[in-house]
Amino acid sequence: MKIQISNGRVIDPANGIDRNADVFIADGVIAGVGAMPAGFEANGSLDATGCIVCPGLVDLSARLREPGFEYRATLESEMAAAAAGGVTSLACPPDTDPPLDEPGLVEMLKHRARLPEFAHVYPVGALTEKLAGVNLTEMAELAEAGCVAFGQANTAIVDTQVLWRAMQYAATFDFPVWMQAQDAFLAKLGVAHDGEVATRLGLAGIPVAAETIALATILQLVRETGARIHLTRISSAVGLEMIVAARRSGISATCDVAVHHLHLCEHDIGYFDPHARLDPPLRAQSDREALRRGLADGSINAVCSDHTPVDDDAKQVPFDEAEPGATGLELLLPLTLKWADEMKLPLVQALARITSDPARILGVEAGTLGIGTAADVCVFDPQAPYPVNRATLKSQGKNTPFLGLELQGRVRGTLIDGHLAYDGSWS
Amino acid sequence: MRNPQLNPHGKLQHLLTTEGLPRDVILAILDAAAPFAEVAEREVKKLPLLRGKSIFNLFFENSTRTRTTFEIAAKRLSADVINLNINTSSAAKGETLLDTIDNLSAMQADMFVVRHASSGAPYLIAGHLAATGREHIHVVNAGDGRHAHPTQGLLDMYTIRHYKKDFTELTVAIVGDVLHSRVARSQIHALTTLGVAEIRVIAPRTLLPTDVERLGVHVFHNVEEGLQGVDVVMMLRLQNERMQGALLPSRQEYFKSYGLTPERLARAKPDAIVMHPGPMNRGVEIDSAVADGSHAVILPQVTFGIAVRMAVMSMLAGGS
Repeated sequence: MKIQISNGRVIDPANGIDRNADVFIADGVIAGVGAMPAGFEANGSLDATGCIVCPGLVDLSARLREPGFEYRATLESEMAAAAAGGVTSLACPPDTDPPLDEPGLVEMLKHRARLPEFAHVYPVGALTEKLAGVNLTEMAELAEAGCVAFGQANTAIVDTQVLWRAMQYAATFDFPVWMQAQDAFLAKLGVAHDGEVATRLGLAGIPVAAETIALATILQLVRETGARIHLTRISSAVGLEMIVAARRSGISATCDVAVHHLHLCEHDIGYFDPHARLDPPLRAQSDREALRRGLADGSINAVCSDHTPVDDDAKQVPFDEAEPGATGLELLLPLTLKWADEMKLPLVQALARITSDPARILGVEAGTLGIGTAADVCVFDPQAPYPVNRATLKSQGKNTPFLGLELQGRVRGTLIDGHLAYDGSWS
Repeated sequence: MRNPQLNPHGKLQHLLTTEGLPRDVILAILDAAAPFAEVAEREVKKLPLLRGKSIFNLFFENSTRTRTTFEIAAKRLSADVINLNINTSSAAKGETLLDTIDNLSAMQADMFVVRHASSGAPYLIAGHLAATGREHIHVVNAGDGRHAHPTQGLLDMYTIRHYKKDFTELTVAIVGDVLHSRVARSQIHALTTLGVAEIRVIAPRTLLPTDVERLGVHVFHNVEEGLQGVDVVMMLRLQNERMQGALLPSRQEYFKSYGLTPERLARAKPDAIVMHPGPMNRGVEIDSAVADGSHAVILPQVTFGIAVRMAVMSMLAGGS
């Protein structure tokens, strides 16, 4: 199968390309950009007039809800959401039920995700058994089964002795450790940022110190152990400053931010909107501004969707009883574009944060249109309106604070290994 | 976003919080309550304003005083009152809050008086009623988590106005566990809207929420300083489970540092009034000599509470 994507504007941050060009795909890999390879005869074509052609998106945090939470979402529904969102590679956190703490579970997930129209799935294995923070998992076995990193999803390791040993052990094999920095005690019972809004609404607060104290612990243990750390979903300005300072003192750490936190803050809870119940919580406006700037200047390395489909029953309850999280796979691109537009950033820089940069953190060859790499491609119309509603969302989770709003930027086609996984050209 | 307790014409649809409640609406409620307070003095205390209306008292959290005063208020307005203590019925069987609401709506409810342990629960109910085309059912928040207890806040305003007439010259001190208090929040918003000169909150740091100053109050940690020259002292109840632990070392130390004694009260204006939403912990937040003393208006608060709740219910469901 040879496909020609014609008349588009190709933006490939990994290779520093931003120009009008055709993309040529042969047998599932990129055969050329611009000049037609010798002897290329297309037997399929995509007209990308008015569209941007970029590498398929790489999402560092997308919950597929399998195994265990199939009533919330299934692999089929969420893979359809990924393709519709232009996401072709994704890392899934280990907080399934049971958690991804045994090679068999990881193999099953990888096997189930093997369909050609499904995004490439990179499981993050559990760092401790059942995410309980007591016993280490069989990381070497899990890595063999396909885990690219180890983490705790949203669960903290309370016992610092275990955290220290877990990092040491992971460092032995050079396995990346992905951690959310949130102190379990300071976050206990909290449902919103400990600030003005929580005070007004009478919601139990999670102070910024929950993030900074956990960060201090993690960063010091990284210094001790040399573990390869990636900090997921940073939420505060002070937290980000700590990571930047740690880097200056020689600790290497990468970090990401969830795309909602680029646009929303504590005030978006409004009158107790359960869709704005997120983990980590939406913080102050000044935190949001710092995160937006940090992502622009590269101190935050990538933006993820933190895709968390939640069923209606778990959201149509009082705010403090609502399940945290928002659906995100289909919002990652439009919300990143919105951020780039508001920050007046060149698209090549903005798209790097959802393609080449997260691919580097994942340590896989993705997020590039380099010759010979897998033909994972996203074609989108940056001007087309994207109404966010229950009908347009392919994800089984309709839980998003953006429900009912209209965003800009719509995926027209998604290719995975050269296979047309999503065709949105007529929708 | 429109304040969900007002309808598109700015009229009161539900009573969910005193925050953002326009000044003229608050004053209208207080004005409407005055004649109801007089009715209470009569031999026949009933008025036909809500005849044929069904009011459901939905208490997901225990309460004696608030539920009783709502019940009396509704009965004096001739409404049919149905009391449901949900923590002992449906919720225990796993029924969701909104399922409960749907079922009771199907029984032709006209008003829900809701108490719930979760902040915002009455908003969820009001939003659900609006989304399902049942805006004609009114919701009165009878206390949600730490968020609001608007009828308590309003009856406190009624009490202050009864004794002090004008709000604008007053300095008001709120003493105690502001962090967990829905009463304090409702008082603060109502006092701010009514334009008192100064609101003070007095408590140890552990019992004050973050950025409480943003609500428009001055913070005092020293009770003697905080009570200096105030016109109104509003005490808050200290919950038993908070008297020892990480928030406070002991009830004795709390009383020693923050308990309202006659000596401390002497720092307030000579004609200061002392209020308490009840139930009181004598010897913890308040000395009996103050609770039973000449400055206390704690029992009149209870009486006025019935009149204010009658006013709220008749304004919501009483037609014109």
